[in-house]
Formats: sequence, C-alpha cells, structure tokens
Amino acid sequence: MALLWTVSTEVGTCPLLSVQPSRAQVDEKVQIVVMNLLPNQKVTLHSLHQSEDKDFWEAFGHYISDEYGTVTVAKDESLGGTYEGTEQMGLLWSMRPIPGSRPGLRLRKMNILTPIVIHISVYGGHLSQGFSQQTPLATSVTERWYVAPGVQRVNIRENGVRGTLFLPPGPGLYPGVLDLWGGGGGLVEYRSGLLASHGFASMALEYLGPEDLRTADVDVSYFEKAYQILQNHPKVQRDRMAMLGLSFGSAVTLSMAAYSKVIKPQCCVCISGSHVFPVDKSLFEVFEGMKKYIGRVQVNEENQVIHRNIILPIPSDPALKVDVGRIKCPLLLVNAGDDQNWASVESAEDMEMMMEKAGNRDLLTVLTYPGAGHLIEPPYSPHFRASNFILQGVKEKIVMLWGGQTKPHAYAQEDSWEKILAFLRKHLYFSSNFAVKAKL
Amino acid sequence: MYSNRSVSTQKRTCPLLSVQPVRGLLDEKFQIAVTNLPPNQKVTLHSLHQSDDKDFWEAFGHYVSDEHGSVTGFKDESLGGTYDGTEPMGLLWSMRPIPGKKCDVVRISVYSGHLSQGFSQQTPLATSVTERWYVAPGVKRVNIREKEIRGTLFLPPGSGPYPGVLDLWGVGGDFVEYRSALLASHGFASMALEYLTPEDLSLEDTDASYFEKAYQILNNHPMVKKDHLAVLGLSLGSAITLSMASYSKVIKPQCCVCISGSHLMPVEKSLSELFELMKSHADKLCVNEDNQVILRNLILSLPCQSTKVDVGRIKCPLLLVNGDDDQTLPAVESAEDMAMMMEKAGNRHLLEILMYPDAGHLIEPPYSPHFRATNYKLEWTKEKIVMLWGGQTKPHAYAQEDAWKKILAFLWQHLSAPVSTVTSF
Repeated sequence: MALLWTVSTEVGTCPLLSVQPSRAQVDEKVQIVVMNLLPNQKVTLHSLHQSEDKDFWEAFGHYISDEYGTVTVAKDESLGGTYEGTEQMGLLWSMRPIPGSRPGLRLRKMNILTPIVIHISVYGGHLSQGFSQQTPLATSVTERWYVAPGVQRVNIRENGVRGTLFLPPGPGLYPGVLDLWGGGGGLVEYRSGLLASHGFASMALEYLGPEDLRTADVDVSYFEKAYQILQNHPKVQRDRMAMLGLSFGSAVTLSMAAYSKVIKPQCCVCISGSHVFPVDKSLFEVFEGMKKYIGRVQVNEENQVIHRNIILPIPSDPALKVDVGRIKCPLLLVNAGDDQNWASVESAEDMEMMMEKAGNRDLLTVLTYPGAGHLIEPPYSPHFRASNFILQGVKEKIVMLWGGQTKPHAYAQEDSWEKILAFLRKHLYFSSNFAVKAKL
Repeated sequence: MYSNRSVSTQKRTCPLLSVQPVRGLLDEKFQIAVTNLPPNQKVTLHSLHQSDDKDFWEAFGHYVSDEHGSVTGFKDESLGGTYDGTEPMGLLWSMRPIPGKKCDVVRISVYSGHLSQGFSQQTPLATSVTERWYVAPGVKRVNIREKEIRGTLFLPPGSGPYPGVLDLWGVGGDFVEYRSALLASHGFASMALEYLTPEDLSLEDTDASYFEKAYQILNNHPMVKKDHLAVLGLSLGSAITLSMASYSKVIKPQCCVCISGSHLMPVEKSLSELFELMKSHADKLCVNEDNQVILRNLILSLPCQSTKVDVGRIKCPLLLVNGDDDQTLPAVESAEDMAMMMEKAGNRHLLEILMYPDAGHLIEPPYSPHFRATNYKLEWTKEKIVMLWGGQTKPHAYAQEDAWKKILAFLWQHLSAPVSTVTSF
C-alpha cells in the first residue's frame, strides 16, 4: 500500500496505539506499537492496573518516536522509567504500586474466572508522575487471562482434601499435575488455571491456612489422598502425573517423591525449595522442628525478615534432610540466586552431592537465576523485593524479604516458565514409556 | 528432543491441540497446531459453532501428520474437506450449516482419520475452545435514541476524541452492530444506524433528513473528533452513502466507503418511494432454477438516467468495494458508470475501486462464512424468498480478508494524519 504524507502542524494528531493481542493469556507476550506521532517525539508509555484489593499498580517507559512517528516497544529502547532498554514486556513486569500506596503489597489474582485488566496509555513528553492528572494521547485496554476458554474449574472437597481442579477442554485424557504453593497458605488457583490452559489437568491443593484444616491433621496421608483423587479422575491419565511445588511446597514434593509408596510421579518440579526439614510427619510436627532454629532468622534495618539462614549450614545429619538419593523420576529444580527466604541454591548443591553418591544424579536438572528472588511465578507479574506476610501458627504480621532485582527476576520468571512447561510436556506428553530416563 | 516412539497398545496421553490466540477479534488470524500425534497419521481438523438461532455450523480439513507427529495449520495442506490447500483460516470461512440437524464460541477439534460427516457421533482426539469477539476490551456500547434517530454507538476506550464512522448496513432484516463494534476496536467512534426495522420509524420518514440528523448526532458527540467523519455503507447503505455524499449540504465526510453498492438506486427522497419503484418493476425480478431471486436485473431495469446519483458532485475520496459475482446489485456495472461520470465531472481522482473476482454481494468483515444464497424477506413486499448473493466460497473469503484491511487503512489515511496499514505488525 502506498503511503501518502502530509505535514501536520497539529501535535500528535490521533496517534494510533495498538496492543496485540487485546485478550492474551498471562504468559503470552504483547506487541505494543504507537503510530502517527510526530517524528522524534518524546512520549511516555504507561500501564495501569487496579488489583482485586483496589490498589493501583503502574509502570512507564520513556521513548522517542522514530522518523516515521512510530514507537515499537519490542524494538525500541526505553530511556528511563520503571524499566530501561529494549523490553517488550517491561510495562507489565516492572509495575509497582503507585506513589502513596500502602506498603508491602503483593499482586496476586485470586478470582481467575475474570481477566486482569490493564490500561496502556501513551502520554506526550517524558513523565514520571502525575499520570492521572494528564490526558493521554491514546489509550488501549488489554485483558490478560489465567484460563483459556473451555477450561473447567472443579471444586475438590473429598475425604478431607481441599483443592481446585482445572481441566482442559475436550475429552482428555490429560496428564495430572499436583500444584503446591508455599508457607503463605490458602488456596491459590492461578498457576493451575494456567497449566490447564496448556493441556494439563492441574489441581491446586490447599494444605495450610483454612480454619478447618489443622496442621496436626496434614501429614503424608493428606498429600497421598490428594494425589490419588487427581490420579483417579476419569479425565486424568493415571500413569502421567507430576508434582510441582514452590517454596515449602517443594519440600513436600521432594519428601513425597523420595518416601511415598503411593505418590510415584513421572517427574517433579521444585521452585525455590529445599530438601532440609523433610515432610514425613504432620505439618505441625515439621513446624515444631523448625522452631528450634528460629534464632537464625534475621531482621534487617528496614524491619524485613530474612528467613534463608534457618537451614544454614545445610545439615550433614541425614535425618534432617530428605533422602533425595531415593528419588526415581526426573527432577527439575528452579532456584533464585538472590533468594532471601530459603537457601535454595545451597540446598541444590547438597542435593546434587547426595544424588551423585546415590547414583541418580542423571535425573537432576538445576536452573539457577542470578539476581532473582524467592517468588518465581508465571511470567510478567511484577516483582517486589519484600511484602507483607502472616507467619503460620503465630498469626504475626511481618514484612518478608524475598530478594531479587526486578529485571533479572522478570527474566527468571519468563525463562523458567518456558522450561517448566517444556519439562512437563517432555515427560508427560511426549514420552511413550513408563520408566523413561530424563536427558533435558 | 523426542524419545523413540514405540508402538504402544497402552492408552497414551492425548495429542496437544493449540489454537492461538484463544481469544481473538473477529478479524484476527489464528494459528492452529497439533502435536503428539503418531507420525503420518490421517486426521481431520474440525470447527463447530452454534449460532444465536441455535443452528450448527461446521468446517473441516483433512491432514496427514508429519514425521514428528505434527500438523501445523499455516504450513500444511488440507487434502480435502470444506476447504483445501494451505489455508490457515479455512476452518472459519468455509463453515457451512450442518445439514438437517454467535462473543461466538468456536470449538476446534482433531479427529482420527479423514471424516466428512458424523462428527457429533465421534469422540475427538482433542478439543480446544476459541472465542471470537466483536469488541476489544474497553470498547463502550452506547444506545442512541435521540428523537426518532435510533442506532448504536461504539466508542474506543479512553477519552478520545476519535474519528467517527457512520455505519449503514444494507437490507437484511435485523439490525447489525458487529461491524461498528469491530471498527471501535480499531479506534473509530462508529455508529451503526438503524433505518429499516424499527416499528416506530415509517419508511416515509426515512429520508435525507433522517440520515443528516444521524450524521450530526455523531459529529457533535463529545468523544468524536468534529469533521473527521466517514460514511461506510453496504448494499442499500452504499446507495444512501452515495446519495448523501453527492447531494447533502449537511453530510460532508472526509471520505466514504461503499461496499457492493450502486448509484442506480434513487434514495434522495424517502425509502418508501424507492421501494414503491422496486415494487412496480417486480416483473423484472429474475428467479433461477433453484428458485433463488436474482435482484441485480431489477435494479438494472430501473429508469435511472434521470434518477441515478450524480456522483460528479462528490468532493471527498471514495472507495468502492465490489465482488464481480454480485447477483444482488449490479455493483460492477455501476462502478464503471460512476468512473465515467466522475471522469466527465473532473473528480475521477477521488475514486478508488477494489474489485474481487468471484466474490459475492455480502462482503463483510473477514472469516465469517460465505453463503451463496439465504432466506430473505423482501423489504418492499414482505415476501419470503431465497436471495442469491453470489460468489464462490474461497475467493469470497479472500475478498473479505483483503477488503477489510484496505478499508481500515483507507479510513485511517483520511481521518487522521496518514499512516501505513493498521494491521502491519
């Protein structure tokens, strides 16, 4: 198509802002392009989101349009703002609470049947504040979804087990994933919703927190029952199962994989976890055991709790660690180099030694992300170095230091998610034999 | 990367069917990929949609997976079905009603073997669900009820102001909003004007002043950029557009788009007069062996030398979009005559004509299925007939896709400072 140019003296006549796709999955990239600006015009790209808790989060980048009056976020450099450089998804992962917000916020979506709604705007000039008082040159609204259409959400309340199962559309059969979050507790559904959108029957398990589930009642048999409920579901392929855990959920995963006669997954993924403090008794007893080391927990000048030292030095006493030499399935560890909450990197080194001695080292893959913090979640969600937290049992409100710097953390989330999905697909979809040995 | 496949009699996990994006706009492409099939397996890709009228529509293509057990919609060839060849969007535009037996939700499935029927009795290997939206997030829908003017205004998100489009559908019974909804999703404040169906609007009152008032309502709207307006019409809507652009002292758009229209239909006075004229020439209405009504000949027979729209008076860029197998209006002949008239009048440079071989009358936004003929109620007699629109499915699908891109680019070019085509990323 031929281009016709007329010189316009009107500043920014009808700039065209395009955000594609307008409805995306949470782990999908977006293309943000502004056209029809003046050449070499200073503009600010801005994103705004109101969370379920009604707090506002924003990000922004300073750009200069090219000689055609175009800004292409995926190609052009942000010269400053909440992110710099060529960062296609910077307007999402660099979001932070707007000035004046309450401190210690964490952005999580609890109702995943509705999308995350983000307003992307382009403003004239290089702004760093006062966005709400300015009129943007153009605005676009984009939705980001944790669930694909057709994904079914099923409440699980069976035999004392509490969780939510997400099933992909279609007849199945699907590989099953038991999805475990960490010490923050509650029933967190979004990662399972996303896994179901990728073809896995994923069950988010609640095991900490609700009033009628006491830690004394949550022991190995609780997790085994949960695993079996998933495995026995008519749409689940019983010999294609995985466990995926984050933080304390990793400890559960490693313990089950090593010791349980019932839980025999085809593969496991442990994010920011450790093999120290095996979960071979009730959670109540595990937490009591941890209390002995509470003196190692530090608090910094900003009053943020640094939890990582609680397992350092890594004990040599085998009774204090999961015997990872007994694990028989491929194991993927995803760790953050700046994890201030668990000493996951040191744990991984120790696990590697143990598995070398036991002869199952070839099952292990370790991904370590320098500069990332503890909470490695699905991509493009904002990073926060610390956030409010309620300590289990004590019900005390503190500020927990997770660690990490924003840009490397964003990279870690994006890269690890891709690798986790590939790992799960490899072992749950594309392998045709039962006992397949992993070589990633 | 994949382990050697052993032939297993054990049940394996199902193939992976991916449709990206799962939530798209009506005019967006999607990518379909199937993996984890056995190599060289015959499969059928199938799409199913249940319309608002509860009818089922389907399309299907026959594929053979490659040596990795994959089928990729945008690369591989369909060997048969409702479409063949490498057609990434064939599962949408080749849909047809299931014999015998609307956000639109479309289920894409992969079946084993090469099936051509009985899909509902088979269990698919895998299914994915995709949504096709008329509106982008944040688009606002506003009912317009101002005195006798009735319509629906769709506004893009944000504070505007936006270039405006007055959107005139054609004859067709029900009031159609979705093109305006899509235009708003592309940054235009678009008003779909109701002018044929409402009970309290008589045809005598639907005259030039009705359309002028509608245009002013749009032009004066606080979110619309004043005097940055276009008029877009289809079929009868095109005839109205040409008439207004030529004669109205009020309607002065920056540009006009006329799809499948004709300047041979005089709509300067009221619509009731036009319809009286059509009624009086009913004997020129042709019907083919399949009992389908071919309207074009009636229009050609109208005494039009004096009544045809004087397009030499048009002062803004005009884009005509036509299918050369249009059986409803003589769009192609009209376009040729209009070009001659404008040549004589000295405004030929304003005219651009897009002509699509083997496309029919109803050139709509892309990927909607093509129908060569459908049930129809003639406005001027209320008679129920089968109207022949014309066109062949594949070229019609191509026309819809290509025309829409060009229409959007044309609107942007004339309603704001010029830009390259909107969909070029």
